[in-house]
Amino acid sequence: MLGLAADRLRADTNRLLAFLFHQGILDEQFLQLQQLEDETSPNFVSEVVNIYFHESEKLLRNLRSLLMDKEFSDYNKMGIHLNQFMGSSSSIGAKRIRNVCVAFRAASEQNNRAGCLRALELLEHEYCFLKNKLHELFQIQQQRALAAAVRYPMQN
Amino acid sequence: MVMAGESQFHVLAVDDSIIDRKIIQTLLKTLSYQVTTVDSGAKALEFLGLHQDDTTNPNTPSPPNNHQEVEVNLVITDYCMPGMTGYDLLKKIKESSLRNMPVVIMSSENVPSRITRCLEEGAEEFFLKPVRLSDLSKLRPLMLKTKLKDQNQKQEEKAAFQSPKLQQVEQKQQPSNDDKGKAIDEGLSPEKKN
Repeated sequence: MLGLAADRLRADTNRLLAFLFHQGILDEQFLQLQQLEDETSPNFVSEVVNIYFHESEKLLRNLRSLLMDKEFSDYNKMGIHLNQFMGSSSSIGAKRIRNVCVAFRAASEQNNRAGCLRALELLEHEYCFLKNKLHELFQIQQQRALAAAVRYPMQN
Repeated sequence: MVMAGESQFHVLAVDDSIIDRKIIQTLLKTLSYQVTTVDSGAKALEFLGLHQDDTTNPNTPSPPNNHQEVEVNLVITDYCMPGMTGYDLLKKIKESSLRNMPVVIMSSENVPSRITRCLEEGAEEFFLKPVRLSDLSKLRPLMLKTKLKDQNQKQEEKAAFQSPKLQQVEQKQQPSNDDKGKAIDEGLSPEKKN
């Protein structure tokens, strides 16, 4: 019974990852991070991703408060936030978010406030989606770890 | 005789991004290097035992590693950082008593003129981010080469000291300092864009 649960969970993980890669939400860099997980750093991916969430939410808040300001004109400052967001997204393999940042940056360089607002909304949406999916992924992995801990010994 | 490969190599990683610091630290540890991470060029110089005004002092002595308490074998730094860029840091190291220290630059943007500038200033390698394990496996030969060079130098010095006849042999250590007359820009470079 427990063996089946472990198989199902593994299939769920693979399906979710395949979906995320196929949709271009994640790219190969995410796989690179997974490969770095081992006995010495068993929770590496979730640790990095949690730092990413924390940093991203700060950046998104900063971007929104900049754009909501009626007297906003500091596109340079916005560019700095965007570069940070781009860099960290690229580092964890969050391809789609990174691409939205590129479009956002282009609007910013043209001092196109309306374009920036649209890009920000898209960015917030993409970020929410990614966060939900990655939480789902980590949940499945937690369940797998639990299932493995109570599995009956295999008989050859 | 001590083999260069026996002791662990120590890499100093410099990046203002907390995520990139965590990733590079794990990558380097996977390759069995000792790692120290800092979040700015200023802190890197401090860790190396250099002060920001050491580089303008023409009387800074060689051999290298005079000021260091902890030996660092390689510095890997992000290019785009607030305050002191990776390029500024590279320059300061190359103009200091640690001029033989291998320095590697990382950048998230592929700007050919930037790459050329860094390599011309003495960077050993330039990696595009996100950096991979395969990139970092290029570091070992760099550190090995420098370590062997240092050891050979030390052996030469020792031999010269022990043999009174050889004391008259010219020390080859002092590199020519053609451009010491040039004023060195401290700190901020105008280019802040990534």
